[in-house]
Amino acid sequence: MIKKYFRYVPPALITLILLVGQFTYGILDSWVNLAAAIVTAVVAELILAKLVFGVWKNPSSAYISGISAGILIRSYFIWPYIVTALISILSKYVLRYKGRHLWNPTNFGVSWMLFLNSADVAGLSMQWGSNLAAMSVIWVLGLLTVTRAKRLHVTLSYVVSFVILAYVRSLITGDAFLAELSPLTGPMYQLFIFFMITDPVTAVSTRKGRIIVAILVALVEFVLRLDSFIYAPFFALFLVGPVAKFIDLKFNVKEGSAFQVAKGNAA
Amino acid sequence: MAVILFIGLLVLTYFLSRSKNPSSGGIAADSRQKDSALKKYGFYLEPVNEAAGITFRHDCPEVDSKLDHIKMQIASMGASVSICDFDNDGWNDIYFTDSKTGTKNALYRNLHNGKFEDVAAAMGIADVNIKGTGVSMGAIWGDFDNDGYKDLLIYKWGKPELYKNIKGQKFERVTEGSGLPPWVNANTAIWFDFNNDGLLDLFIGGYYNEAYHLDSLTTTKIMPESFRYANNGGRNYLLKNLGNGKFEDVTVQYGMTSTKWTLAAAAADFNGDGYPDLYVADDYNVDEFYINQKGEKFEEKGSAAGIARIPKSGMSASFGDINNDGNIGIYTTTITEKGILIQDNNYWQPNSDNMKENPSFVNLARIAGIENAGWAYGAQFGDLNNDGFMDLYVANGYISARKNTSYWYEYSKVTGGNSSIIGDAKNWPDMQGESQSGYEEDKIWLNNSNGLFEDVSGKVCPPADYDGRGVAMADLWNRGVLDVIVANQNNIPLVYKNDIGNTNHWVDFELAGTVSNADGVGAKVEIGWSGKKQAQVVTGGMGFASQNQHRLHFGLGQDHKVDSVTIHWPSGRVEKIENPQIDQLHLLKEKK
Repeated sequence: MIKKYFRYVPPALITLILLVGQFTYGILDSWVNLAAAIVTAVVAELILAKLVFGVWKNPSSAYISGISAGILIRSYFIWPYIVTALISILSKYVLRYKGRHLWNPTNFGVSWMLFLNSADVAGLSMQWGSNLAAMSVIWVLGLLTVTRAKRLHVTLSYVVSFVILAYVRSLITGDAFLAELSPLTGPMYQLFIFFMITDPVTAVSTRKGRIIVAILVALVEFVLRLDSFIYAPFFALFLVGPVAKFIDLKFNVKEGSAFQVAKGNAA
Repeated sequence: MAVILFIGLLVLTYFLSRSKNPSSGGIAADSRQKDSALKKYGFYLEPVNEAAGITFRHDCPEVDSKLDHIKMQIASMGASVSICDFDNDGWNDIYFTDSKTGTKNALYRNLHNGKFEDVAAAMGIADVNIKGTGVSMGAIWGDFDNDGYKDLLIYKWGKPELYKNIKGQKFERVTEGSGLPPWVNANTAIWFDFNNDGLLDLFIGGYYNEAYHLDSLTTTKIMPESFRYANNGGRNYLLKNLGNGKFEDVTVQYGMTSTKWTLAAAAADFNGDGYPDLYVADDYNVDEFYINQKGEKFEEKGSAAGIARIPKSGMSASFGDINNDGNIGIYTTTITEKGILIQDNNYWQPNSDNMKENPSFVNLARIAGIENAGWAYGAQFGDLNNDGFMDLYVANGYISARKNTSYWYEYSKVTGGNSSIIGDAKNWPDMQGESQSGYEEDKIWLNNSNGLFEDVSGKVCPPADYDGRGVAMADLWNRGVLDVIVANQNNIPLVYKNDIGNTNHWVDFELAGTVSNADGVGAKVEIGWSGKKQAQVVTGGMGFASQNQHRLHFGLGQDHKVDSVTIHWPSGRVEKIENPQIDQLHLLKEKK
C-alpha cells in the first residue's frame, strides 16, 4: 500500500518544505511565478508523454520539476520560470539513450538558465533566510524523503565528500573552513542534495555506482568552486550525471522500456 | 517536434540573454560629445571640481584589525554630501563628510563667482572625526531652534554631533546636554517635524549595532544574521525636539523599536492627514513604512502598504512625482548583479484611490524603466533639462579595487549560509583586494514624459566609474538649473555643472515657516501649468547620505505661465498663488 503511494511522498515533502520556507520567511517572491513553473512542467509532461509515448503520465515528477524550478530560479519576469520548466521537461524526451533520459530534468533546465548569465535570471544561492530552526525542519523532511526513496547513501556520500573537500579548499584558499562549509547550510543545497542528486531515474543502477557518482559530483564541484562558480553544484551534476548514466546504460542496462520514463521522482 | 522545440528554446534563450546584457561603460566616445547631448537631451553635466576650487577627497573609515580581511566591505560608506545656504546669502553651499579618523570635513562656501572656498575649519565644523568620537557618515542641515539659520547634525559611526549656526558666522557645538544618544553606528538621519509643533525633530537610523565601535572590537560577531531577514542591526532613534536645545528619545513610545539595518529614511505626508509619515530603507531585510498617528505614535504598515513584501537591500529613499499627477512616489535603490542577484530598484507610486484610509503603493520602476542600476546607493529626482518632468540620477558601484576581479563568489558563499556563519566576520573570506560590483557608471535616466525614462548614462557627462554614495541636486550658480553633486567613496566627489542647452523655463520656491518649523520641512508645493501638475516636498534630508538644496525647483518646458501654486504647510495652512512670475526664485513666507 505504502509502496503504491510512495511516488506521492517526495512531491508532498517538497511542498511541505516550500510551505515551511514560505510561511517562515516568504522565500518566494511571487506565487504566480511558482504556479507558472508548476503548470508548465505538468502540462508539458502530460502532452509530451501522450505525444511521444502514447500514455497519460502521472504528473508527480513533473510537479517536483516545476516546484524546484520555481524555487531555484529567481527573476522578476515570469518567462524564465516557464522556459526553465519547459526546457527541463523537454530534456527528458529529447536527450535520451536506450530509452532513458540522461540529465536530471530540473538540473538541465536550471543549469542552462544560470549558465547563460542573463541580466534577468539568477539562482537561489543567497536569497533565503539563514535560520537554524527552519533549516533543521528542512533537513529532517529531506532526510525522511531520501530514506524512503532508498537514496540516503547518495545524500550522505555527497555531504561527506563536500565536507572533506570544503576542508581541503579552505587549506588551498586560506578561507575559513566554515566559509567553505557555509553553502551546504543554505537553501540551494537543501534542494540539491535531497531532490536533485538523488533522482532515482537519472541515477546509475548500482548502489556502489551511485556512491561513486556522488563523490565525483562533489569532486567536480570542488574544481568549479576553486574557479569561483557560484552555481557549482548544478554545473557539476550537469557534467557528471549524464556521463555516468550513459556509461551505466551502455554497460549495465539492457534497452529499457520507453514507458519507464513515466516513473521516478525527478526533481 | 519536441526536438525542434527544445533546440529552439535553447537557441532563443541564448540570444535573449546576450541581447539583454547591459553594456558597462562601453559607450562610444562620440555619444558623449557635449554638443550631441545638448542637442538630443537638452543638458550636459560638466565636472568642474578644479574650476570651482573643490579639492576635497573622501577617505574611508579605519576598522579594527580583526576586520582587516573585509575592511573594504566594512569601510564602504561615509561619503556624503549635503547642500545648505548656511550664511543666508542666497547661494547654495556644499558640505562633504570625510570618514577616516583625523580627517576633516569640508564646508564649501559659494563665492558667487563660480568658485567655492572651504571654510569648515574657520566655522568650527571641520575637525569632527576625532579618535574616540567616531567618524562621519553624513550630515543634515535644519533650523532646529527656528532662529532663521540652518544648524548642522553630523551623524557618525560614533557620537552624533549637533552644531548651532550662529548667524552664519560660526558654529557652536551644542551636543552635550542635547539628549543625542552617546553612540550610533548611523548611516542616515533626517530632520522632520513629526508632531507639527513647529520644531524640527530627528530620526537617526542605526546600521551596525550601537554596542560596537568598529575601530576597536572585542568580537567579530557583528555581521547581519541573514542576507534577507536580518534583525540584528542598530536601533533607530526618534528624537523629539523639546524647544530648549534638548531632544527627548521617544523611539519606544512612538513604536519604532525595529533593529533592522537602516540605510536611509525620508518623510512626507502620504495619507493626507497633515502629519509626515516615514519611509525607512533597510539593508538585509524589508523596508519599513511608518504611518504617523497624528503626531502621537507611528504604526509600521509596510506589508499592508505593499512595500515590504519582498526583502531587498534597501539603500536609499527619495521622492519624486514622475507622472506629473501631483502624487509623490518613493524611489528606493537596491542591488542587482547580473546572473547573481536580481533585486531591482523600486518606484512606489501611491494608489491614489485609498491613500487616506489604507495607504498602499504599486511598484512602477520596471514600467518606467528605472529598475536596474547595479549596486546602487544614493538617488535623487530633479528636472535636469527643465522640460517639466523629473529626471533621475542614481549613484552606483560598491567596491572598485583590482580591476577584472570579483568578490561575488566568496560573498555568495557566506551570505547563503546559516546565521551563525554569516553573522561572524571571521568566517568571511579575505577580499584580497578584489572588487565587488566595482567600476560601475552612475545611472542617469531622462524622463521623456509621463514617467517613461530613457537611460542616458554616459551620454550626458564624461565617463566616470567611482563608487558613488550620496547624491544631491542644487542650483549652485543661481541660474535656474539643477546641478548635481555626487559624493564618491574613498575618492573625489563629482561636482557637475549642468549646462542647459535649451530655453526652457522654470520657477523656484524657497519656503520659510512661521507657525510651521522655520525651514518649512514637510511643506508640499503643487504647481499647475498647461494642464500639468507637479508636486514636491521640502525635506530635511533624503536619498542616501545626502540632502538636496532647500529650495524647490520646477522646470516648465516651453510654457510661459504657471497657472497656480498651492502650498500645504505643516501647520495645516494652505496658501495659493496665482500666476507667479516664471524664471525666478520666489521666497515664500508662511502667513501667520
